[in-house]
Amino acid sequence: MLRLKCPYCQLDADETELSPGGEAHIRRRAVDSTDAEFTDYLFRRRNPQDVHVERWRHSFGCGKWFIVARCTLTQEVFATYKAQCEHVPKSVLDAIDARRSGSGLRKAVQGRKNQ
Amino acid sequence: MQRYSSIRLLREALRGHSGWEQAWNTPDPRPQYDYIIIGAGGHGLATAYYLGKNHAISNVAILEKGWLGGGNTGRNTTIIRSNYLHDESVAIYEKSRQLYESMSEDLNMNVMFSPRGVLTLAQNHHEVHCLMRIAGSNFRQGIDTEFITPSRISEICPSICIDGPRYPVRGALWHPQGGTARHDAVAWGYARACSAMGMHVIEDCEVTGILQSESRVTGVTTTRGAIHCNKLGIVAAGYTGKLAEMAGFELPIESVSLQALVSEPVKPFLDVVVMANTVHGYVSQSDKGELVIGGGTDGYNNFSQRGSFTHIEESISALVEMFPMISRLRILRQWGGIVDMTADRSPIISKTPVKNLYVDCGWGTGGFKAIPGSGWAMAELMVNDAPGLLAAPFDLQRFSQGRFVDERVAAGVAH
Repeated sequence: MLRLKCPYCQLDADETELSPGGEAHIRRRAVDSTDAEFTDYLFRRRNPQDVHVERWRHSFGCGKWFIVARCTLTQEVFATYKAQCEHVPKSVLDAIDARRSGSGLRKAVQGRKNQ
Repeated sequence: MQRYSSIRLLREALRGHSGWEQAWNTPDPRPQYDYIIIGAGGHGLATAYYLGKNHAISNVAILEKGWLGGGNTGRNTTIIRSNYLHDESVAIYEKSRQLYESMSEDLNMNVMFSPRGVLTLAQNHHEVHCLMRIAGSNFRQGIDTEFITPSRISEICPSICIDGPRYPVRGALWHPQGGTARHDAVAWGYARACSAMGMHVIEDCEVTGILQSESRVTGVTTTRGAIHCNKLGIVAAGYTGKLAEMAGFELPIESVSLQALVSEPVKPFLDVVVMANTVHGYVSQSDKGELVIGGGTDGYNNFSQRGSFTHIEESISALVEMFPMISRLRILRQWGGIVDMTADRSPIISKTPVKNLYVDCGWGTGGFKAIPGSGWAMAELMVNDAPGLLAAPFDLQRFSQGRFVDERVAAGVAH
């Protein structure tokens, strides 16, 4: 079972206490966006066999949304952080690079910034 | 190909089974093929088989990174049904179910197709309405289903506890033509038939790159060297996205884990497939007597091919409620498979931005039942460079154009 630390209440929460919410840091598109941009917003998702940055909700706890950097293959958790930020914080990227230099996450994150 | 028959079986029984040949060849890859299929699971092998059978193309290699049928083909709960909601889905799943009926004769391999009937339970008011809607839709589509009452359910399957404590059974969708088949035999049968047509089934051969020239595919690099081809089909379920990335495009797919388990064998008591979507559990009894049990998917992206205790508990508590008599059964094995989910829970059988490169993926939690129909449609697409009627609704463009085949109701939970 996954255990994730909620960055708000500092509890180690079991998977059963949490709800997964899909890829994090996706920017909502407005009605004046192009079809391609809106399609990306709705359907384009990273699906790495590696580090994935995703939203979780502490549903049966404090109820807050937070963000987790987790490896989808080994289930290793690199960081959990509060959801009030637009991009993956540099400290988290550095922490991932320190343990998983070839993860490609930094490049993927930079690729998304221009959207 | 050595034909299998009762006479052959008797002959071999009398001479100590010394005369059986290897069922399929294990050749080294040639440098060039007309067609390469990546993925020797059910869908990949069926694609190759129908390339040969329907289109007389035999210069084909099927590349597999692990062993034959070791992915989701060997990890599912073997349920076959065609009672979906929308016309597009019903067309391909019903084609598939019909091909399953004649598969054993076609492949000269007993795939143990058993159309024992599928019972999908309605355990709340909303589900009653959903299943009635599907029954109405199926009636119009010519699929044999009906919505039945609790007393009829008890006649068909007396061991179900109709007045369960949490979710009493209020009705069910009865699909008498649905059933199960032996999953390994399907993969083996196709591999044997492909091999007999002169195709190469190459195991232990992982694709590491996709070769292109002027955005046209020319071959693949693999752990066993470069192999060239004219046309390439990616049929690799949860790993299709990774291969698409190598080719330089993205697919709207997320991979999650779906798990299943089997109990110790017991005497026959369950001769239908029972699905209960509200409580997330579905079960059938194998010919050996084991209960084959499936549950829901994990809600998060996952590539580790194992399950989690939470889902075992969830599936088991649902089943014990439906069948109180199984509460003391022991569980023998449990495993997870990586399924490729699309946003509308329907597959992708499509051309791609790279010329002569095709994908067949996104079957999510319901791939096994679709194996022959999927192979049929994918072979047609690859040969004509244009989809036939079966594949046309499932192209990649449907996401940007809003032409979804939304099967979340019929397929989002259980198979």
